[in-house]
Amino acid sequence: MNFKLNPKLSQKIAYAVLFLSTILVIIPVLIIVFNIVKNGYSAISWEFLTTMPKDGMRAGGILPAILGTLSIVLCAIMITLPVGVCAAIYLNEYAKDNLLTRIIKLAIVNLAGVPSVVYGLFGLGIFVMLLGCGVSIIAGALTLSIMELPVIITTARGALNSVPYAFREASWSLGVSRWQTIRHIVLPNALPGIMTGAILSIARISGETAPILFTAAAFYVPHLPKSMFDQVMALPYHLYIISTQIPNMPKNIIFGTALVLLMLVLSMSLIAIVARIYFRKIRKW
Amino acid sequence: MDIIEIKNLNLFYTNFHAIKDVNMKIKANKITALIGPSGCGKSTLLRTLNRINDTIEGVRIEGDVIVNGKNIYDPDADVDRIRRNVGMVFQRPNPFPLSIYNNVAFGLQINRLVSRKDETDFIVKESLEDVQLWDDLKDKLKMSGLELSLEQQQRLCIARLIAVKPEIILLDEPCSSLDPMATAHIEELMQELKSKYTIVIVTHNMQQAARISDETGYMLLGKLIEFDATGKIFTNPSKQETDDYVSGRFG
Ligand SMILES: Nc1ncnc2c1ncn2[C@@H]1O[C@H](COP(=O)(O)OP(=O)(O)OP(=O)(O)O)[C@@H](O)[C@H]1O
Ligand SMILES: [Mg+2]
Repeated sequence: MNFKLNPKLSQKIAYAVLFLSTILVIIPVLIIVFNIVKNGYSAISWEFLTTMPKDGMRAGGILPAILGTLSIVLCAIMITLPVGVCAAIYLNEYAKDNLLTRIIKLAIVNLAGVPSVVYGLFGLGIFVMLLGCGVSIIAGALTLSIMELPVIITTARGALNSVPYAFREASWSLGVSRWQTIRHIVLPNALPGIMTGAILSIARISGETAPILFTAAAFYVPHLPKSMFDQVMALPYHLYIISTQIPNMPKNIIFGTALVLLMLVLSMSLIAIVARIYFRKIRKW
Repeated sequence: MDIIEIKNLNLFYTNFHAIKDVNMKIKANKITALIGPSGCGKSTLLRTLNRINDTIEGVRIEGDVIVNGKNIYDPDADVDRIRRNVGMVFQRPNPFPLSIYNNVAFGLQINRLVSRKDETDFIVKESLEDVQLWDDLKDKLKMSGLELSLEQQQRLCIARLIAVKPEIILLDEPCSSLDPMATAHIEELMQELKSKYTIVIVTHNMQQAARISDETGYMLLGKLIEFDATGKIFTNPSKQETDDYVSGRFG
C-alpha cells in the first residue's frame, strides 16, 4: 500500500507532536510544585524558618538545616569559584593546544559525568578520613566544590570566550601585557557571565544529598553550626530523614521542608536568570 | 631614513606558507600602503610588524624585522614594549566598553606611563585633539566609547594609540566599515598624522592607496611583487603582475 499524508496534514501533526512534547516537559514540574505548595504551605511560618526542631523533629523549626546547607554551599562556592576561574583563564588564554591540555579538557568533560554518590565516597575517603577533617562543613564543602569544578570551569570559559578577541588585540597593541589585558579587559567583561554561572551552581549544589551524606550531614545536631569542623544538619538530608526515618511525622512539616528547599533553589535560579537578562541588555558589543 | 627593515621574512600558519621571502624598507614619516587581492597576506605581513601574530596558535616566523636598528624577533626582545612602539588600528573599530576618557587613558594607566592625574588629563586632551575629537567630545568624556558613530570610534581607537606615543602606526583596512565621507575624513587625518608618525596601511581600495600613500607595495600569494613610490606603481609599474592589478585586468 502506498500511503502518503497530505503535506498540510503532516505539517499539523508534526507541530502537534512537537508542541505536546514541550508541554510534557513542564507538566511534571507544575505538578510537583503544586503538590509541594499545597501540602506544605501551612507549615511555613517565621517560627518554622528561625527556630530549632522540637519533639524529635516532629515540631518546631528547621533553622539548623537551613544554616547548615547555606554554610556548606557558600563555603563550597568560595573554594570552587576562584579555582575554577583560574583554571578557565589558563585554559582559554594561555594553554597551548598540546597533549596535556587535551587531557585536562577530557578530564573536565568526564568529571562532569561522574555520579554524585561517587564524589561522596571520594570525599569520605580523602577529606573525612585521609586529611582528617572528619564529618564536617569543610569536608562537605570540599567534596561539593570538586564536584562543581567542571561546571564552573565550563561556564567561566564560555564567559571568557564571549569577550571579543578584538578587545584583547586592541589592548596588546597598546603594549599592555597578556596578564594585564586579562585583568583589566577580559575579566571585567566576563564577570557577569561568571557570576550568573556561579549562582546557578549554588542552586544546583544546594539540593545535592549524596556528596554530603558521608562528609558533612548529621541526623540531628542540637545546636547551630559553630565552626568549619562541625557536623551539620542539611536541608536535603533532613528532608530524607523526616520523610523516611521518623514515625508519625506531620505531613505538612515534610512538605514545608521540601518547599523551603525548593524555594531556595528556585530563587537562586531566578536571580541568575534575571541577572543574565539584565547584563545582556546593558552589554553593548 | 628607513625606520623598518624587513629581511627575508617568511611566515607559516602551521603548514601554510602565508608570507614568502619578503624584503622591504619602510621610510619614517611616510605613509606606506600595502595592496593586493584578498588573501594575499597583507594583514599577515602588517601584523608581523608588531608581533601580534605571535598570539595565534601555530604561527612560525623566520627572518628579521628591524625597527630602529633592533630586530624585534630577537629572543630577548620585550614584546610589550615593541607593541607599544608599533601600534595597530583594526578593520572594525574596537573601542573598549569603557568611557571615552578611560579608553584613551587605558594604555597610559596600565603601563604606568604617567603618575599624576593632571598628566593623564593632559595627554587625553592632546590625543583627542590630534584626532579632532576634542571639540565635539570634551563635555562627554564620561560617555561610553561604544556610543560614538563608527567614524568617531575609529578616531577614538587612533587617539587611544597615540596616547602611548608610538612611533609607528599600523592600520588594517581602517575605513572598510566607514561610509565615503567618514573615509575621506580619516584619510585627511592620516595626512596630518604623518608628520609625527610612520604609517603603514593595508587597503583593498586602490584609489585610497593612490590618494594617500607615498610608497606602495603590491602583494600576491604571499610575495611582495613590487614595492616602489606610489606614483610609479600606479602609472608605470615595472612588473606585469602589478600592472594587471592596478589597471583592473587582474583575474
Ligand atoms: N589564523 C590563520 N590560520 C591559518 N591561515 C590563516 C590565518 N589567518 C590568515 N590565514 C591565511 O593566510 C592567507 C593570508 O591572509 P591575510 O588575512 O593576511 O590576507 P589579506 O591579504 O589580509 O586578505 P583580506 O584582503 O581578505 O584581508 C590567507 O590565505 C588566509 O586564509
Ligand atoms: Mg586583511
